[in-house]
Amino acid sequence: MEHTISHKDEQFEAKNEVKKVTIILSVLTLVELALGYLMFKMFPDDGFARNFIKGTIIILMLAKAYYIVAYFMHLGHEIKNLIMTIVVPLVLFVWFIIAFLYDGHSFNVNRNTYDRYKNERGQPNQMNPHAEPAREHNEVKSKTVE
Amino acid sequence: MSTTVVPTDQKWWSGGRSPFNVEYGKLMMWYFLMSDAFTFGAFLISYGTIRFASNGWPDPNEVFQSFPFLGSGLPLLFVSLMTFILIVSSVTMVLAVKAGHERKKELVVKYLIWTIIGGIAFLLCQAWEWNHLHHEGAWWGRNPFPNSDGSLSTTTNFSNFFFTITGFHGFHVLSGVVINIIMLIMTLKGTFEKKGHYLMIEKAGLYWHFVDLVWVFVFTCFYLV
Repeated sequence: MEHTISHKDEQFEAKNEVKKVTIILSVLTLVELALGYLMFKMFPDDGFARNFIKGTIIILMLAKAYYIVAYFMHLGHEIKNLIMTIVVPLVLFVWFIIAFLYDGHSFNVNRNTYDRYKNERGQPNQMNPHAEPAREHNEVKSKTVE
Repeated sequence: MSTTVVPTDQKWWSGGRSPFNVEYGKLMMWYFLMSDAFTFGAFLISYGTIRFASNGWPDPNEVFQSFPFLGSGLPLLFVSLMTFILIVSSVTMVLAVKAGHERKKELVVKYLIWTIIGGIAFLLCQAWEWNHLHHEGAWWGRNPFPNSDGSLSTTTNFSNFFFTITGFHGFHVLSGVVINIIMLIMTLKGTFEKKGHYLMIEKAGLYWHFVDLVWVFVFTCFYLV
């Protein structure tokens, strides 16, 4: 390791870095909690504000993940080869998340549209505002059938 | 580890040395953690998929709102405590690894003990929470919590995912605590002193930070969003 020839300065710098990252992680967590509480108290209903806060929380989560991996797990100080061999495969997650969440959403829309006997009837669609038009479509359709 | 200063024209792939500039065990720990990340990722993405496919879902602030001895009506409080316990134990682990670099045995022992205490505290918190939720009627296959709009839940997906994913994470914390206890015993016996380096602590540290990293995601996906 590079640190086998550690000087006093380097040790001091490393200590400072740990302190800095600890503070950053704590502050990010506190902000996340504040946002979560704000969302719970101020915006109980789905809408732009709620989704905006959720998006912000997810960005803060990714920032925390970056600080843990880069500094606590020391990946930021490794050579590029190691960083790439770990980070590049994880790019698959981008596709995983988009594909699966889109699939879940489309399943919801399809079920609400076509399988009205098996869907969770009597519930307004809270979790997924995008599925709302499909539900209206469903109601229109059921009227014509009856 | 033979590496100290890296010359700028270093040819990494010409053989004779690790192209990743780390020892074998550490590289393999990284690969293991990458595969573990995909396992957790699969769990969390399937949770997200089911949630996107459902018309109703319980509000986490209504479900997780109790604190031991303080009663209920306190959303986010208990899970913040758990999160901070894990962050602090991660920090003490970083300090243990740093002490290992400097080959200060007593410091390694001290910080490892703090890390183990943090891990056990987290597990106790989780045990309390699971017990509490179980008393409220939640378990695999049982979901007493209404959806956020007040309607009755028609599936048990919420409980199933919650107990499976936090259980899998808790199992990782448990194995991390066991690994750290083994590291503590080896440090106390002077194994690393004889070896001349504390690189083993570093690998255990990587695992422990990964557990903290996963909690960042579990915490966000289940308690916040």
